[in-house]
Amino acid sequence: MANTALLDHRLLFVTGKGGVGKTSIAAALGLLAARQGKRVLIGDLDGRGDIAAAFESGPLSFEPTKVSDGVFAITMDTEAAMREYIKLNLKVPLVGSVGPVAAAFDFLASAAPGVREILTVGKYAHEVRAKNYDIVIVDATASGHVIGTVAAPDALRELVRVGPIVDQASWMNDILHGHGTTGMVMVATPEEMPTTETIELRDRLENETSLGRAAVIINRVLPELFSEPEEKVFAEFQDHTDALIAAAGPAVEAVMQGAAFASSLRRSRTQHIERLFAEFPEDTVVAVPQLFVRSEGLRVTKLLATAISEELGV
Amino acid sequence: MTIESMLVSKEVVIVTGPGGVGKTSVAAALGASAASRLTGKVLVLTVDPARRLATALGLESFGNVERQVDASLFTEAGVDPVGELWIAMLDTKASWDDLIVEHAPDKKTEQAILGNALYRNITGRFVQSHDYIAMERLHEIHTSGRYDMVIVDTPPTRSALDFLDAPERMADFFSSRLLRWLIAPARSRLLNVASKPFTVVADKLLGARFLTDIGEFFLLFQTLYDGFVERAESVQRTLADGRTTFVVVTTPEPGPASEARFLLAELKKREYGIGAVIANRVLPDFFTARGGATAAKNLRKEAAALSKSIDPEQQAIGEGVLREVADRFDDFRLLAAQGQAVLDGLPSDDAPIVKVPYLENEIVDLGGVLELGDQLI
Repeated sequence: MANTALLDHRLLFVTGKGGVGKTSIAAALGLLAARQGKRVLIGDLDGRGDIAAAFESGPLSFEPTKVSDGVFAITMDTEAAMREYIKLNLKVPLVGSVGPVAAAFDFLASAAPGVREILTVGKYAHEVRAKNYDIVIVDATASGHVIGTVAAPDALRELVRVGPIVDQASWMNDILHGHGTTGMVMVATPEEMPTTETIELRDRLENETSLGRAAVIINRVLPELFSEPEEKVFAEFQDHTDALIAAAGPAVEAVMQGAAFASSLRRSRTQHIERLFAEFPEDTVVAVPQLFVRSEGLRVTKLLATAISEELGV
Repeated sequence: MTIESMLVSKEVVIVTGPGGVGKTSVAAALGASAASRLTGKVLVLTVDPARRLATALGLESFGNVERQVDASLFTEAGVDPVGELWIAMLDTKASWDDLIVEHAPDKKTEQAILGNALYRNITGRFVQSHDYIAMERLHEIHTSGRYDMVIVDTPPTRSALDFLDAPERMADFFSSRLLRWLIAPARSRLLNVASKPFTVVADKLLGARFLTDIGEFFLLFQTLYDGFVERAESVQRTLADGRTTFVVVTTPEPGPASEARFLLAELKKREYGIGAVIANRVLPDFFTARGGATAAKNLRKEAAALSKSIDPEQQAIGEGVLREVADRFDDFRLLAAQGQAVLDGLPSDDAPIVKVPYLENEIVDLGGVLELGDQLI
């Protein structure tokens, strides 16, 4: 596959199994792109506005909010997206609120698959087409649903043959299917299920869509603990806890148990990291360390951006 | 109520919570625990398309049918089950087809619906159709009386509430004005002034042809209307019944916990029973042991001296190892303390909070499922 540098894509969909840190990674990629001097739009598809927490901004809306230098964020609002779509595409004069129309449309969208995505994914594709930003990063749906999301234009074209919505589906596909233009960022943690889902997602992406992959991001990688000789020394200390307790107090046993736990956790996770690297030999695979910091929010986003930047060598 | 008494007294247990917290494993663990301790038949209905339970139970392929987990798998795991554990995977498409076949008024309508392009798309891809059919399936299984207990693993929807509201939404859908408008002939649609703006936009957007297709589809579906509304009401009654309880699963992380809090509030508002809140993947107690921080600090300070107490050949790296031990302990102690603070923020007046420690080994077989079950009880 074409190995366009991760942040040289114009449109990135960030996905992964629930709980792997999709939103934080999407935010960190946005920050990193801005550090490279790019003008960035970051947004979600579900309208929950979770990105706000990663930037510690106020609540987001469909109108872009500047959340950091060069980074603008929005949260999806189907009604607003529809208003914009109608304005851009149909040239139908709309008097007053599109509220009732949007409600009805929303209803229709739940019945006819692909209609909603034409608006939501379409919004981000439009921003790419209009060249309003250098890069658009979408905090997308979880890996189980993301195929349906990005394949929506295809689904719709099976159902609708003519009309403006077909034109929309067709130029959206031009953008979505452009390798190097659009790419999927697959976030995993080094655990069994997230790793397996990432590999399954790759196969489904290849078989069911024409979308390219931009990167695999392995989040929350624990630090290497002991080398083999160090492991032996550690075992020896475990056999001589009397001396440790005499020097550091009785709670040192908890400290030793903790280190043993950290060591075995790291070991059990190594196999998944290795599996991901082996399954994606041609891809950009980025290992992001587990952060042990007190805070959440913008500080974490910045630390993640720096960690990704070091891994990418940019 | 303890988890054990919940398993004894309840007939329907709905396991819910944010994505990625281990709902499927918890549902399987509850089922396996029930079967190993109690007589009777327990069914775990998993509705997750990722086939996670199948992997967890070593059953690679099982479809929409209910299958019994072989008793020998229990024996291999060192447990002598007194009850039967059954599992079923929800295949959305197959379940919808079954539903249509069962409830269509005649063969012609049945075939027309099954062959409709929109129907195929909706059942195959539409997320909410998954929620709805899970509820239909639960209803069918529960009322059939085939099982003493049904444990439902809910799908990872955008919002766990979608699952709860699916039956009601389906009923609303069938009684809505928009549906009547959609299935009206095209000409009267245009003449209807009230719906004019929508007609103009919808026609422009989707084209008259597509609207007609949609209308046709719903016209066919309309024949199933009474059954849908009736069963949706019945499912609502089952959810509110005293024999049904909800188990909310979370992890000690801020995001999932705040979703869990929201979910608990919504369940309470609907007056549904809450059996337990399960905090999964809690770091072990030794990270929060009293005096741990001081011991780690002392260990770092005395590292050089202590390394002299071991085999002379290994002394060179001994100091570094002890420093590393102290550093890692501090790292995880921070995570453990953060997790504890998150759990302290969960409401504890609705149901007991059951903490499940981080299992070092991932669950790959029935033995693992049973181990998790032991942690729950």
